[in-house]
Amino acid sequence: MHVPDGFIDAPTSAVTGAVAAGALAVSLRGARRELDERTAPLAGLVAAFIFAVQMLNFPVAAGTSGHLLGGALAAILVGPYTGVLCVSVVLLMQGILFADGGLTALGVNITDMAIVTTVVSYAVFRLLVKVLPRGRRTVTAASFAAALLSVPAAAVAFTLIYAVGGTTDVSIGKVATAMIGVHVLIGLGEAAITALTVGAVIAVRPDLVHGARGLQQRLKLRVNGELVDAPTARPVPAAGAAGSHRKLWITGLVASLVLAGFVSFYASANPDGLEKVAHDKGIDRKVEKHASSDSPLAGYGVKDVSDARLSGGLAGVVGVGVTVVAGSAVFWAVRRRRTQDVSPVSTGV
Amino acid sequence: MGAGHAHRLYRHGHSPVHALPPHTKLAAVFAFVVVVVLTPREAVWAFGLYAVLLAYVAYLARVPAGFLLKRLLIEVPFVAFAVLMPFVAEGERVDVLGLSLSVNGLWGAWNVLAKGTLGVAASVLLAATTELRELLLGLQRLKLPPLLVQIASFMIRYGDVITDEMRRMRIARESRGFEARGVRHWGVLAKSAGALFIRSYERGERVHLAMVSRGYAGSMPVIDEVTASRAQWSYALALPFAALVVCLLGWAL
Repeated sequence: MHVPDGFIDAPTSAVTGAVAAGALAVSLRGARRELDERTAPLAGLVAAFIFAVQMLNFPVAAGTSGHLLGGALAAILVGPYTGVLCVSVVLLMQGILFADGGLTALGVNITDMAIVTTVVSYAVFRLLVKVLPRGRRTVTAASFAAALLSVPAAAVAFTLIYAVGGTTDVSIGKVATAMIGVHVLIGLGEAAITALTVGAVIAVRPDLVHGARGLQQRLKLRVNGELVDAPTARPVPAAGAAGSHRKLWITGLVASLVLAGFVSFYASANPDGLEKVAHDKGIDRKVEKHASSDSPLAGYGVKDVSDARLSGGLAGVVGVGVTVVAGSAVFWAVRRRRTQDVSPVSTGV
Repeated sequence: MGAGHAHRLYRHGHSPVHALPPHTKLAAVFAFVVVVVLTPREAVWAFGLYAVLLAYVAYLARVPAGFLLKRLLIEVPFVAFAVLMPFVAEGERVDVLGLSLSVNGLWGAWNVLAKGTLGVAASVLLAATTELRELLLGLQRLKLPPLLVQIASFMIRYGDVITDEMRRMRIARESRGFEARGVRHWGVLAKSAGALFIRSYERGERVHLAMVSRGYAGSMPVIDEVTASRAQWSYALALPFAALVVCLLGWAL
């Protein structure tokens, strides 16, 4: 996914550089709130973790493997501000030390891979955690959805940047189809790994997961035989009708996502120009391997995979995503008003 | 951690390029890349001159050509992408060896290849002649926020430690007969990643406590302040200025 020099023209690179600098300034201030004076060592170590975990290979099948991009994982584990900082630092060091991604394209890379991924995934995550019942499984499911949407969102952001300042006039439709289509697939892998990893951390140290802070039990202290700082009564998850509603709701969401993403993937089989060209020249065979090769640059190989079929699926997923976001916002607003008079729910930020 | 102080791309030496203060080198490389990106793609000869300039710097820095070329391999996935451009771009088409290629796409591919390669080569030369600690000092000198530089320095210092920890976990998995073959084994790998996160985070807390007990109060003392004389600045900036002349010629001709 790392954009090299000369791919995006100079003015656009400058603008994205300014965006990245502004976002970094905000994140630096926000990270101090998330981690107080421990910011430097903790964010540094988390950045080192992201850097290392990108090297962990997840075998897919028959010799191909993929790796984590880490934006969503960082946002959920340590919070959005620290997440942006960590991923940006990783990108900065990769650019300067390993010549991975151009120096003039740093702004593009940070905007695309650090900011968009982290912000989108955290927004989706928070929304789902607010809407769904509290619990470990909710956090895992929300991380899945967050990571799933974050990768195509980065692809969309890249396509937008390319539309503004791309140096070659490949039609935007083709770029969008190829980029977003393949990144939906990559997003599925990212989502599975992120959810599993977040689940593993929650099982051992739930207090370390920024996104699961609401789940913490208050500490009880027995001083002179009496309990001090007694835990606030945890709201009993609404049983019966409400529970089944939620289950129905989740099932519906998953089903519609699957239908939108996969069934339409098979339904629309009309190859477009890119696919035809790729087929005629026999490029797509060679390239498909790239999409899932473990190189950090592999994201680019994808541009060429023929994905007319995927685009339909993607449109479906995006449609469902937008609907869910809009619907959930309404649902959440209504729900909050209802719960307000029952009991103040303590959700630690 | 013994070997971790020099990164893999660094090449120890005592050349005039090695001796330059890091922030002058960083500024020079950045300015050079900006100039390269601004060059019109039709001026093919200009990119040749840029390559000659970089080769001269490599010669001054006594970086062997083989070393430099091997490091350029990081670009390969991207080359594959550039090769496809002539097939998918719009515009008038031209027949080359029986293939119908887009003229615009050919220029685009050339543009990305030339500028990308020059950018990578410049970064590789910078990394090959500058130590890690120096690079971080240089970034701080160039007014990057100190907190960001601290985070970067912790990432660099502990990157090898964390990677080693991951390697030990892999060996532990393998010595218990585990072999990841497909999606079914992701759970185990993800548990390793989770454990790695917990270990990294806890190590961060221990590092912070160790720093606090040694008087850390939010900023690192800079004991080896780097300064650059006017001569060193002009020496370092000779590269981007030469490139700028070439670039202006490229626009003029």
